[in-house]
Amino acid sequence: MATLLPPDISTQGPAIDHLLLVLHLFMGTIFLGWGGYFLYCLFRFRAKSQGPVERSVKPFSLPKYLELVIFGFELFLLVFLAGPLWAKIRQDFPSEKTAIVIHLIAEQYAWNVQYPGPDGLFGPISPAKITPLNPLGLDRDALGAGDDLVSVNEMHIPVHRPVVVYLSSKDVIHSFFLPVMRVKQDIIPGIGARVWFEATQTGSYEIACAQLCGNGHFRMRGRFIVDTEADFSAWLKSKEPKRNVE
Amino acid sequence: MWNKRWQLCFSTDSKIIGIQYGITSMSFLLLGFMLMLLMRWQLAFPGHPLPLLGKLFSDSLMPGGIMIPDFYNMLGAMHGTIMIFLGVVPMGVGAFGNYLVPLMVGSPVAAFPRLNRFGFWLYFLGGLVWLFSFLLPGGAASAGWTSYPPLSILASPGQTWWLVGLLCIAISSQIGAINLLTTALQSALPGMSFSRWPITVWAQSVAAFLLLLAFPPLEIAALLQLMDRLSGSSFFLPSGLIISGTPLTVAGGGNPLLWQHLFWFLAHPEVYVLILPAIGIVAEILVSGTRKPLYGYPTIVRSLLFLGALSFLVWAHHMFLTDMGVKLSGFFQATTMIVSIPSVIVLTSFLLTLWGASIRFTVPMLFALAFLPMFGLGGLTGIPLGLAASDIPLHDTYYVIGHFHYIVAPGTLFALMGGLYYWYPRITGRMMNEAWGKIHFWLSFTSINFVFFPMLLLGLAGVSRRLYDQTIYAHGRAVQPLNLVISMAAWTLAVAQLPFLFNLLTSWKWGKPAPSKNPWGSPTLDWAEMLPPRIVRGAYEEENLNEVTTPRN
Repeated sequence: MATLLPPDISTQGPAIDHLLLVLHLFMGTIFLGWGGYFLYCLFRFRAKSQGPVERSVKPFSLPKYLELVIFGFELFLLVFLAGPLWAKIRQDFPSEKTAIVIHLIAEQYAWNVQYPGPDGLFGPISPAKITPLNPLGLDRDALGAGDDLVSVNEMHIPVHRPVVVYLSSKDVIHSFFLPVMRVKQDIIPGIGARVWFEATQTGSYEIACAQLCGNGHFRMRGRFIVDTEADFSAWLKSKEPKRNVE
Repeated sequence: MWNKRWQLCFSTDSKIIGIQYGITSMSFLLLGFMLMLLMRWQLAFPGHPLPLLGKLFSDSLMPGGIMIPDFYNMLGAMHGTIMIFLGVVPMGVGAFGNYLVPLMVGSPVAAFPRLNRFGFWLYFLGGLVWLFSFLLPGGAASAGWTSYPPLSILASPGQTWWLVGLLCIAISSQIGAINLLTTALQSALPGMSFSRWPITVWAQSVAAFLLLLAFPPLEIAALLQLMDRLSGSSFFLPSGLIISGTPLTVAGGGNPLLWQHLFWFLAHPEVYVLILPAIGIVAEILVSGTRKPLYGYPTIVRSLLFLGALSFLVWAHHMFLTDMGVKLSGFFQATTMIVSIPSVIVLTSFLLTLWGASIRFTVPMLFALAFLPMFGLGGLTGIPLGLAASDIPLHDTYYVIGHFHYIVAPGTLFALMGGLYYWYPRITGRMMNEAWGKIHFWLSFTSINFVFFPMLLLGLAGVSRRLYDQTIYAHGRAVQPLNLVISMAAWTLAVAQLPFLFNLLTSWKWGKPAPSKNPWGSPTLDWAEMLPPRIVRGAYEEENLNEVTTPRN
């Protein structure tokens, strides 16, 4: 199973992969158990004549208990494995004081990534200001916007630091999918969403869109790069806005 | 002659209407299947021109024989909706329901014959609307079978006509459901009490109930989406949308999530509408094929009722990743685990019916037997999707496609195929060819597993559904060879249907005459030799079976 799944480089990933493994072992056991019984029946109880049926075999009641066992195990999975894991992922957000906070604005067919810059404040964006050079419509004169960094289809994060991403969409529903982080989140326009994750190793990976968003859906691919702390700072520096260009 | 045919065409006889549904839905199944065969070329050989056939399509769809992404999305959306709304449901409920339910409760006519006829023609009209929508500028609907707004509201005119067709089909389904329920409850023979209803009558009635209760929210949703598209309302459009850099001039203030709730409130019960007729058919075939009463008839009936009721409380498990809170998702995860119990009970009862049986491996029986492990696999793969945490990596991947196709294709469709072979002599007085039937079964069974099992693997590898070309992504490239396997298997599956079609058409005239009026030895009234039939015993009672299972020829 581990060879089939994409590489896993997040702190929440191993628990999800473990759950998948437990589930598939459970499913496999049931399927093989019933499958064995099924094939045995097909062989043993094949019709040997066309005459009236003689009944000598007594029915057995084991399956009734088996059903209860199956349901009991499902309940166990929900209450002790899947439930707590989901709550941890959805509720236990890291403090935004220590985490890297990023805004990600999806559109047909690109991922716009906005970093707050040294002041830690995200500048407001407005549709009226959208130009090819300013895809977000960032109002550079507004409070906090002057030092904001914008990157298109390329998201950098430092390794071993929790990251909180605020997701929004300009047009249709997209889904933010980081296969290597086991992160997937639908982005409903007008509502948005928030996810968090933490990478455990550096490297260059991919952002995928997982919800049909139009004819360019399949190529709505972004680069997801996990840097060392030093590389991350250097990259931020290289993306700092140059006032005189605008 | 002409006059007689005309009368047959607009008959109010529920058996004739059932056959009409059967022929129409099978044609649509074939069409939906062909749309998918076309998509499979693009998926196996992304960006390569389709040899020979590619030239038949216009340059706006396949320039130089290479499918464009818009055409791919169109095929995907239409494959899904044609298969479900025009294919499997009309065949399970329209064809088998109309043909069997009145006969099984011992009624020569349906309760509302003319309304029933209207229902069929409304369905036919809905199908025509969808067919002609392919010819519109911009083609047919392309926003996925789920038609999520805002994408669907911004889509080409095909989407408008998709909604119109959907409304026709939805209303037709409800008309059919009213007729079926009333027939089962009101037109039954005296003595046909609930405890004597065959499983098919139970399953069809529960399905009819689901259709009656689940379709109205979708009809409303479709009307609202039509208004969003045509009259400038914003039920599903939030404020401040910017499409390719330009603000969209609509009122705004709506919510795209509302559509998803209304849609899945229908679409989850709809899954059970797909599977229930199949469960009924498998039960009937198993009884005569094992020559044994069903194991646990009352438990099966209770499970079906419970399944139907609970299917209304699970819909949001399709929406775990829409930023759903922990409490709400907890509720839907719990109901999803609970809804698995009745299905497990039904399947277990079927498996236990095999114990101590005398199994005759006829063609219908092969299909009914294959249904059991295939439906089992489909059900089991639903568990990781029904738990929110394991749904994260699997949501909207091929794992989902593999899961529900195991339920619907080698599950439901196999059962319907079995039903066709089984009731063919009841309809025509002739048997379908056994040898061709076995070839059809074994080829289909083998190839269909090579279609859907690799999809589960693709899903685990993280490949999303609805991707025109998965090799854009590293994790897609890693498993691309599987796509070739799936496509080859799908094309083999298509070839495997040729003996079936040949058999179906030629046996009508040249098939071997049925050895008796009840060639399989079935205990239900649809095979009764005397009309009107007489009820002497309960459903599947032992003596009843022994009586009819004695060879008659």
